[in-house]
Amino acid sequence: MDLTLTPEQQSFRDEVRAWLEANMPRDFAARVMASSDIPRPEAYDLLREWQKQLYRAGFIGLTWPKEYGGRGLTFVEEMILHAEMALAKAPPVLNILGVGMAGPTIIAYGTEEQKRRYPPKILSCEEIWCQGYSEPNAGSDLAALQTRAVRDGESYVINGQKVWTSLAHVADWMMLLARTDPDAPKHKGITYFLLDMHLPGVTVKPLRQITGDEEFNEVFFDNVRVHESHVLGGVNNGWAVGMTTLMYERLALGFGLQVRLRIALDGLIEMARRVEKGGARITKDPVMRQRIAQLWIDTECLKYTGARAITRLLKGEMPGPEASTGKMGWVDTHQRLQELATEIQGPYSQLMKGTQWAVEGGLWQYTFLRSRANSIEGGTTEIQKNIIGERVLGLPKG
Amino acid sequence: MDFGFSEEQELLRSTARKFFEKECTSEFVRKMMATPEGTTPEFWAKLAEQGWLGLIFPEVYGGAGLGFVDLVVLMEEMGRAVMPGPYFSTVLLGGLTILEAGSDAQKKRWLPKLSAGEARVTLAWTEPNARWDAQGVTVAATEAGGGFTLSGTKLFVPDAHIADALVVVARTAAGGNPQEGVSLFLVPKTAPGLEVTLLPTMDQTRKLCEVKLGRVAVPADALLGEKGKGWQPLTRVVERATVALCAEMCGGAQRVLDMTTEYAKIRVAFGKPIGAYQGVKHKAADMLVEVENAKSITYYAAWAVDESAPEAARAASMAKAYVSDASRRVSAAGIQLHGGIGFTWEHDLHLYFKRAKGSEFTFGDATYHRERVAQLINL
Repeated sequence: MDLTLTPEQQSFRDEVRAWLEANMPRDFAARVMASSDIPRPEAYDLLREWQKQLYRAGFIGLTWPKEYGGRGLTFVEEMILHAEMALAKAPPVLNILGVGMAGPTIIAYGTEEQKRRYPPKILSCEEIWCQGYSEPNAGSDLAALQTRAVRDGESYVINGQKVWTSLAHVADWMMLLARTDPDAPKHKGITYFLLDMHLPGVTVKPLRQITGDEEFNEVFFDNVRVHESHVLGGVNNGWAVGMTTLMYERLALGFGLQVRLRIALDGLIEMARRVEKGGARITKDPVMRQRIAQLWIDTECLKYTGARAITRLLKGEMPGPEASTGKMGWVDTHQRLQELATEIQGPYSQLMKGTQWAVEGGLWQYTFLRSRANSIEGGTTEIQKNIIGERVLGLPKG
Repeated sequence: MDFGFSEEQELLRSTARKFFEKECTSEFVRKMMATPEGTTPEFWAKLAEQGWLGLIFPEVYGGAGLGFVDLVVLMEEMGRAVMPGPYFSTVLLGGLTILEAGSDAQKKRWLPKLSAGEARVTLAWTEPNARWDAQGVTVAATEAGGGFTLSGTKLFVPDAHIADALVVVARTAAGGNPQEGVSLFLVPKTAPGLEVTLLPTMDQTRKLCEVKLGRVAVPADALLGEKGKGWQPLTRVVERATVALCAEMCGGAQRVLDMTTEYAKIRVAFGKPIGAYQGVKHKAADMLVEVENAKSITYYAAWAVDESAPEAARAASMAKAYVSDASRRVSAAGIQLHGGIGFTWEHDLHLYFKRAKGSEFTFGDATYHRERVAQLINL
C-alpha cells in the first residue's frame, strides 16, 4: 500500500496543475462553486468551449487508447487529473454521457470503423451524446422497454418513445436500446444502436424539471431509418452492451462525481464561514460543525473506496464489493450536503435567483433541487441496493 | 499509487484467519469471557510463536519489524474472531508507548519480553473524568527522595490486573498549557500502594480495571522519556492505537455482515429465504456500504500513520469517527435481521455487538472525533 505518486505521476500532476492555473475560466469558477454534477443549460456554450480546451490540451479521455483519441494512460492519471480539477474548482464536462458512457462502450464493443469514427469527436465535444434507455413504462425495469426496431433491407425502422433523456435537445447522437426480437425473452431481444439524432422522424420535446430548467426530454421515433452499420455489439446483444455502459457510468463517472462533491463541499464550507445564525458564525455552532465534518469524512471515504476499486482494476483483478458502493454513497452524501446548504442559509434558502437577497445568486437553490434526481438517475438507490444484495452478497432474487 | 495489500499481507491474512478459526473459536471466547484473565498461557504462547506479539516492534527489540498496514491486516482478523485477551493493551498501548517514549535500555528491557509473551505492560491513561485531552490527566507525580510519588485514580485501564507493569500517565507540573507537564512512568504492578480492581464490563472479552495509586513511590529511572514531555509521544501512540482499533472494528463488522448474509439465505419466512425480501436485502446492502467505507478510511489512516504523513492525525480521527458509527450500526442491523435468535446469549452476535459498543467509546466516540476533524480542517 503506497499512496505516494511516482516521479512520472508527480510530473503529470504538475503538468495538469500548471495547465489549470493558466487556463481555468476564472469568472466561471466562482459561479460553479456551488454547482454539483450536471451542466446547466445557461452554461452550455461556455462548457462546450471548456471541453474543447481540455481536449486540445490532452486532458480528457486519458485512459482511452491513443488511436481513438485518448492518451493511453491509466486510472491513476485519471484520478490525479480529477483531484487537481477538484482543487482548482474546474467546471464540469458538457459531453458527460459521451465521455463517461458512450465512448468506453464503443471502445469495448465497436467495430474498428466505429472506434475510429466516434470516440475522438466525443472527447472534442464536436458531437454530444445522450442516453436512450428509459421509457414511460421501462425505468428501473429497463428490460421491459418497448421501442421497436424492425429490419428492412440494410436498415432498421425505429418506432417508440424514450423519456428523461438528458441533453437530448442538444445531442447529436444517442445510445439507443430498442427491441429487435419481440418473441425472445425480454433481456435477449434488445439491440444497442448508435442513433443519429438529426435523422428524419426523431422529435425531441423538452420536459420542464423540478428546477424549472429544461435539461431532460422526451424523444419520439416515428419510422426513423437507421443503417445496420450503426448497431453496436451485435443484434439482440443490446442488454449486455447496455449493462457495460451502466458499469462504466457507475465506475468511471464516480471519479467525476467525487470531484464535484468535493467542490460543492468546499463551497459549503466557504458559505458557512460567512453566514451567521442567532448572532454567531455557523462554523461556531457545534451541531453544524459535526455535520460539516461528517460530510468531509464521507467524501474522503468515497475517495478511498474508489482508490481501492481502481487498484484492483490496475492489478487486473475483478472489481470487488467496494466498486459497487460508489454511486449509492455519493448520492447519500450529496443529498445530505445540499440539504445542509439550505439549513445554513435558513430563511434565505427560500429565495431563488432574481433578487439581491438570494445567497450566491440562488445557485444552491438549483443544486439542492437538482440533487433529488441523484437517487433516481443512473439506477435508483433501490435498484442499486438490489444489485448489491444479489450480485455482491449473493442474496436470492425476490 | 497502490491502495491494496501485498501478497505477503494477503498471506498474513489467510494465515491469521485459519489460526483464529482453529484456536479462537466461539467456545474459547466464551470460556475466556467467564475468566478474569481473558486469555490462557497456552493461547498467549501461540500468539508469540506466530510472531504477532512483536509484529510492529523493530527486530533489534525482538520484534518482526513490520508496519502498520501489516498490523491492520492482523487486527481485522482478530476483530473477526472477537479475540479476547490483552493483545491490544500489551502491544498497542504498553508496548507502543515504551517504543515511542522509552530509552534504549527501557526498550531492550521490555520489548523482547513482550514479543516473546513473557511479560505484559498496559497503559493507565484515562481517569474518572473520562477526558481524552491533556486536561484530563490529574494523577499527580511529585518529586520526592530522588524519585517520584504518584497519587490518584485511573479508570478504564485495560488488563491492568494481568499486567506486569503499567505505563502511568501523570502530571509533574500544573498550570499553563495542560500538555506541558504530562509525564510517563513505568510502574511495576507490585509497587506498594498500587491497587487494581477488575470491573464488570458489558463486553466481557475486554477486561477493564480501576487503578488506584496511593502514594506509589517510583525511582527516577521509572520515567519514560523526558519529564513533562509525555503528551506528544502519548498522542502518537493513541493515534496509532486508534487506527488499529478501527481495523479490529472493521473485522468485526465484516463478520457480522457475513453471518447475517448467510442467515438471510437459509432462513425461510412466508415460503422464501428472508434475503429475497427487499426489507432485508436493502438493509444488508446498507451494511455492506458501511463496511466497505469503514475499511477504505481505515486503510488510508493506517498508511498515513505508517508514513507519519502530515495528515495522519486527521486521517485517524476520520477513521474513528466513521468506523465508530458504522460498526455500531452494522452490528445492530445484524441483530435486527436475525430476529429473536440474534437477541439470545447463545448466538455470537451479541459478542460483536458489545465489542463494537465498547470500541465505540475507546479513544473517543464519533462525536469527539468529528469535532477533531472540524478543527483539523480549520473549520
